[in-house]
Amino acid sequence: MSEFDIARNLLVVLPELGLTILAIVLLLMDSYLPKGSNRTIAYTAAIAMAALAATPLLFPPDETSTLYWGGMIHYDWLSQIFKVMLLFAGSLTCLIAVKDHQAGKRGEFYLIITIATLGTSLMAGSADLIMVFVALETLSIPLYVLAAFGKNTRSSEAGLKYFLYGSFASGILLYGFSFLYGFAGTTSLEGIASAIANGTEIVPILAALVMVLVGFGFKISAVPFHMWTPDVYEGAPTPVTAFLSVASKAGSFALLIRFLLSVFPADVIVAGQSIQTFWINLVVVLAVLSMTLGNVLALRQKNFKRMLAYSSIAQAGYTLVGVAALQSNSDLAIAAISFYMFMYIFTNLLAFGGLVLVSEATGSDDISNMAGLNRRNPWIALAITIGLLSLSGIPPAAGFFGKFFLFQAAVEANLVLLAIIGVLNAIVALYYYLVVIKVMYVDHHEDEDQPIAMPPAYAWALGLATVVVILLGTIAVAPIFDWARLGAQAIIPGF
Amino acid sequence: MEGFQFPILSAIVFIPIFAAIIILFMDSKSRDLIRGIAITAAVVVLALSAVVFFTYNSIIDEPGGIKDMQEQILTSGSATASTEMYVKGMEYREYLPWVSSLGISYHVAVDGLSAPMILLTGMVTVTGVLISWNIQDRIREFMAFFMLLVAGVYGVFIAVDLFVLFFFYELAIFPMYLLIAGWGWVKLREYAAMKLTLYILIGSVVALVGVMAMYFVSGNFFSSAAGAEQLANAISTGILPANSTAFSFNMQQLTLAAELGAFGELGYFGVEGLTFASFWFPLIFMGFGILAGLFPFHNWSPDGHVAAPTAVSMIHAGVLMKVGAYAALRVAIQLMPSGAEIHMPWIVFLTVINVVLGAFIAFRQRDFKYVIGYSSVSHMGLVSMGWATMNLTGMTGAGLQMFSHGAMTALFFGCVGMVYDRAHTRDIPSLGGFVKRMPWVAVAFAIGGLTSMGMPGFSGFIAEFPIFQGMWQASDQITLTLGSIELSNYYSILVIISSLGIVITAAYVLRVTGQVFFGEFDSQKYPDIGDIAIQDRVILLLLGIPLIVLGLYPAILAPMVQSGLVPVVNLLGGM
Repeated sequence: MSEFDIARNLLVVLPELGLTILAIVLLLMDSYLPKGSNRTIAYTAAIAMAALAATPLLFPPDETSTLYWGGMIHYDWLSQIFKVMLLFAGSLTCLIAVKDHQAGKRGEFYLIITIATLGTSLMAGSADLIMVFVALETLSIPLYVLAAFGKNTRSSEAGLKYFLYGSFASGILLYGFSFLYGFAGTTSLEGIASAIANGTEIVPILAALVMVLVGFGFKISAVPFHMWTPDVYEGAPTPVTAFLSVASKAGSFALLIRFLLSVFPADVIVAGQSIQTFWINLVVVLAVLSMTLGNVLALRQKNFKRMLAYSSIAQAGYTLVGVAALQSNSDLAIAAISFYMFMYIFTNLLAFGGLVLVSEATGSDDISNMAGLNRRNPWIALAITIGLLSLSGIPPAAGFFGKFFLFQAAVEANLVLLAIIGVLNAIVALYYYLVVIKVMYVDHHEDEDQPIAMPPAYAWALGLATVVVILLGTIAVAPIFDWARLGAQAIIPGF
Repeated sequence: MEGFQFPILSAIVFIPIFAAIIILFMDSKSRDLIRGIAITAAVVVLALSAVVFFTYNSIIDEPGGIKDMQEQILTSGSATASTEMYVKGMEYREYLPWVSSLGISYHVAVDGLSAPMILLTGMVTVTGVLISWNIQDRIREFMAFFMLLVAGVYGVFIAVDLFVLFFFYELAIFPMYLLIAGWGWVKLREYAAMKLTLYILIGSVVALVGVMAMYFVSGNFFSSAAGAEQLANAISTGILPANSTAFSFNMQQLTLAAELGAFGELGYFGVEGLTFASFWFPLIFMGFGILAGLFPFHNWSPDGHVAAPTAVSMIHAGVLMKVGAYAALRVAIQLMPSGAEIHMPWIVFLTVINVVLGAFIAFRQRDFKYVIGYSSVSHMGLVSMGWATMNLTGMTGAGLQMFSHGAMTALFFGCVGMVYDRAHTRDIPSLGGFVKRMPWVAVAFAIGGLTSMGMPGFSGFIAEFPIFQGMWQASDQITLTLGSIELSNYYSILVIISSLGIVITAAYVLRVTGQVFFGEFDSQKYPDIGDIAIQDRVILLLLGIPLIVLGLYPAILAPMVQSGLVPVVNLLGGM
């Protein structure tokens, strides 16, 4: 890049620019509109973000990754696919928040969600340690605020807990970055990679690697860095939990893929040992622990939100199976992770969106309160059912393909045992998901003749998510998966 | 593809799915409409299944039909004879690319083995809806889930792509769980439903990992120079679809890989002496065998059958256990014949335990439904035993037994349900003399009982006799080496042991028939027991008549099943 082409550079960050403008607009709306116009703000935010989700498709990137903004930002299909899904996550979260009395009734909620979306969207394309950290904090700080948004002690506790754990994780991550900078003398990921490739010292690299894994482990709530997850998920307002469970995971996985593949690739041999073998082993351990512990602990939960918290730990574990499969250096593993996150965003928002309605109507998140839901509103029951089927990997929901791709990638990488542990875990998980479905359809409840209304915002959000989850599990799987493969091929050397 | 063909197989799968969706969103108070939609969908699907069955049946013996085709290919001495016979034996093919970059396609068709299973599923679907006619509690949800379950079962039988097979297999799991947990026998339902679901899934997901591994092994084979040539060859002769790539889940392509020995190469996992087939065969065979009630994984089956509502017991024992046996044959034996040759000689012992132990336990039961539940374990053991003979006679018997036992056990469970609905107990000693009030049921149960005993003139005989005959035939061909001991001719001993199972079967069938239907009727204890309703008679006729027809005229089914098994047996080197 010889000359700084401002137009081209601005196009690259079009979604982020849009989000910034949107944030300002929302701020003004919140200040000047009369009290109680939170619905207008929510619709503005949701529609704007859904529209912005189309912008990454308008200007197709090159086949290989290109750097912009002085090497700060990657522009390739991998970042684009993640941006699309993250913008949808923001948009759907705004819609499912409308009726939530803790968060959604306040206009500034939508502003903060927009800023968090901006952060996670930047994460998807970061190419420099500074950028990575700024993006990560742009995501995290709004989320700390949001977790404490509810006016009760549980929410305040969640906010404080999340803040303490989160800032600790950021600190560790930053410490790891400082090792990398000290070693390489540069903050660009490419520069670090070439410095590592020519280096001879192994200890600082391994230390940095471990710290990076720990930092991201917190963000994706992998065991053993998951301790904050159940309390924060349960205490935070439900729409916040929904956003937290998908956006920070997806953004972190996008970064993790880049980090592991470009900074610590297979051909780097330090002190006679491939650095890749080292992190693969670590990731395998994290994956097995997260899947097993997440699922086993979820079995005992009586509160639906807490159950989804443990389930999201397990889901992070499945995705880590895909990360471990990155060693085969094929596009299948990266595409599998991207596809999994894509469908996971819609799936999880589906489950949480249904939960908002149920808990606003019944005043509690307990599973037993969902009894007879099919007779109170069959559409909500169906939406939650599709979401849970997708989480458990049962066709025709998208989760079946998602897990299939991940485990197939693991088998391709010769991690057959890991794949078997993964599928056995999926069975354990089926137990608690099926019980909820059974409660909704089969069990009786004293209030079951009182219908629960479905407001239009929810009809749109849940309807869209349901359709996407079913389509991704049936006829639309090929285009999205092939698109994810395109993203994968952009960053794998040799494609 | 010449012209437009009505996608009859897709119709068979998707009609129940659409019916389920419509029913789920109807008003739960319009019971008649719900039942009407369910029975209409079931009857239409049965009619389509019958069309598939009889049109396939008519092209077997005609000149230029399936038999001629197979003979021609066998005499040509082609190196890929089995694959050619398998592919050309398929009818009603539908092929649509799905995820092309991973070699996944929506690919369905029927052959001589799956066509009878389609018909059986249709029969059990109609009878299942009829016997649930008077369900009071949440009939809407019940019918919707039942239809979904049926769709999943159909999908497995028509799948030619392994991914499609697993897709429908898993699809059947959650409605089945909900049906048992929601409408089953109160005392046992939650426990049994979960136990059954977990058992079945564990087997299938381990098999799924095996299939993924198979995908890469065959893909690497077809990527090699020699394999690529074979692949191009197969495409040019029309054996494989024109857009086939090296990596594929198409069972035809995997069969080709098996026939060319791709799964028999030594050194799998870097272990000397281990092949892909010898490692994965037992895992995949047993994985699906769990659903077929294979010892020692049969434990879910009696509990599950007893806890389930009648319609689900019927479809479960009648059809779903056959899904297990069918998938074990299709995925394990057909795709890994070299593994079958290594492992079947010891798996046969498990099947003998199945047959004898199942019958013994059935004999000891007091609960009417447990008797039938364990008898299913025993009879499904005969199917696995038939697969273990690895010759045409025995395997054909197993194929016939799948159909015969499916109809018979659905009939049994139907009879049990009818008695229980009126007497409100299943305790055999406290029942008695029901022939006086329910003559139809008594006759139907007797027909089922005679079939079960393997009485000539009923379908059980024409199914079980070839299995035993096949065992004798296999006896001097199969040896088992255990360290320094070499067993030979032991299949004939196993036949003698397992014939004990038949004797015990006769004993418990006669005991149950005698105690439930004959003897003194206690009209004070059961004051208001009347005869069965008209829809119940339809059930008994629909399931009972095929047992007799097949017994008297086996030619309606035997050649068909045989034609479906010729490619498999040829793969096993048995032609």
